[in-house]
Amino acid sequence: MNVLLDNLSLFREGFIGTLELTGASALVAMVLGVIIAGFRVSPVPPLRIFGALWVTLLRNTPLTLLFLVAFFVVPKVLFPDLDSFLLAVCACGFYTSAFVAEAVRSGINTVPLGQAEAARSIGMTFTQTMSLVVLPQATRTVVPPLSSIFIALTKNTAIAGAFNNVDLFNVSKTLSNDGYDIAVIFLWITLAYLIVTYAINGLFRLLEHRLEVAR
Amino acid sequence: MAEVSVTKDAAPAADELVALKNVNKHFGALHVLQDIDLTIAAGEVVVVIGPSGSGKSTLCRAINRLETVESGTITIDGKPLPQEGKELARLRADVGMVFQSFNLFAHKTVLENVMLGQVKVRKVEKAAAAQKARALLDRVGVGTQADKYPAQLSGGQQQRVAIARALAMDPKVMLFDEPTSALDPEMINEVLEVMQQLARDGMTMIVVTHEMGFARSAANRVVFMADGRIVEQATPDEFFNNPRSDRAKDFLSKILHH
Repeated sequence: MNVLLDNLSLFREGFIGTLELTGASALVAMVLGVIIAGFRVSPVPPLRIFGALWVTLLRNTPLTLLFLVAFFVVPKVLFPDLDSFLLAVCACGFYTSAFVAEAVRSGINTVPLGQAEAARSIGMTFTQTMSLVVLPQATRTVVPPLSSIFIALTKNTAIAGAFNNVDLFNVSKTLSNDGYDIAVIFLWITLAYLIVTYAINGLFRLLEHRLEVAR
Repeated sequence: MAEVSVTKDAAPAADELVALKNVNKHFGALHVLQDIDLTIAAGEVVVVIGPSGSGKSTLCRAINRLETVESGTITIDGKPLPQEGKELARLRADVGMVFQSFNLFAHKTVLENVMLGQVKVRKVEKAAAAQKARALLDRVGVGTQADKYPAQLSGGQQQRVAIARALAMDPKVMLFDEPTSALDPEMINEVLEVMQQLARDGMTMIVVTHEMGFARSAANRVVFMADGRIVEQATPDEFFNNPRSDRAKDFLSKILHH
């Protein structure tokens, strides 16, 4: 019981760390995911190929491997001075963007082709067709899978804790090194993760409700 | 081939607005457009008829490059259709299209449907676009439905909104791809009346349809297609009363005798 009370500030730091990692990675994943999904349905073949490669490569690579590349290869050959938070956000964000892209693409596919044809026939460019006509109608279908993806992302950020980031997983390591009972530490850590994932769950349920009403 | 063309009296050939030359297209093994030559003058109303699968819709969709063609040239107002991109988008803005299944933007109100192209493509001020949209909706007789969503309208009303949406771009030519084929019988006339009014106002129109009454009353020229070819072109009177090709005679005997 006193694991929590004795280390309240450490727990808070880890909790905020997990929140920040999840939030920043989710933002990166969302933006990149929508762009990559756009690439995958674009009329320009090189963009389609790039999109397909991005998804195939990132979705099929273990996240731990991506972290190893981000922390040991990227600083050596590309950017030597990036801090570990940024590297972790990139690894988690890029990885998750592949899943977001596929969810968005499945949403795009549910919008009848005629909608895009009508948009093109009044002179809209591809980007306008996507952003003004197709994506707004795809949103409703994309929301439920996105909630699963972001919950998975929350749990995946734990890997960042093993790479020099202070998050909940990192805190559990520190505390067990300090000699506290592992079972009790894990109980509290799990509860903290549950708070984050359950909040995401609720947020998306709210969003789904909103979109239902708007129709 | 058995092509019998009749020069139309209404419009001079000099100001040809749409011109297709030697256009070919395949869907897999099916040769849907075979050596299509067709010119449409400004102000002309051309009705394309023919049996299902004859390539009428593909022809219509090829004119604003919703379908790509494999060979031949398509020019609109003297300019050949460009590759997919900004330039093609600009050109499409000048070519109105009305679809069989209406394709109104489902997430936008009727008014927004008619405003969207004006605001985003023509960069018109919102207030001016709304004013024009309301005027067009009044013109096609759905002014009172402006704030509803497409799904709340009947098919005939939706199609009239779709016509208003296309007109809002001030197109040089309007393409109609079977505009009444998805409508209940009692709604067909309200759409045809709008189209007839448009034809009287001098709009250049290419209409793919099965409505022979409309072809008779509104068309300057009837183009009869079968098996991917233009088999016959004539004035409506001439085509319906005195078709020259056997294919057209056969087609007309099947549709006009009940």
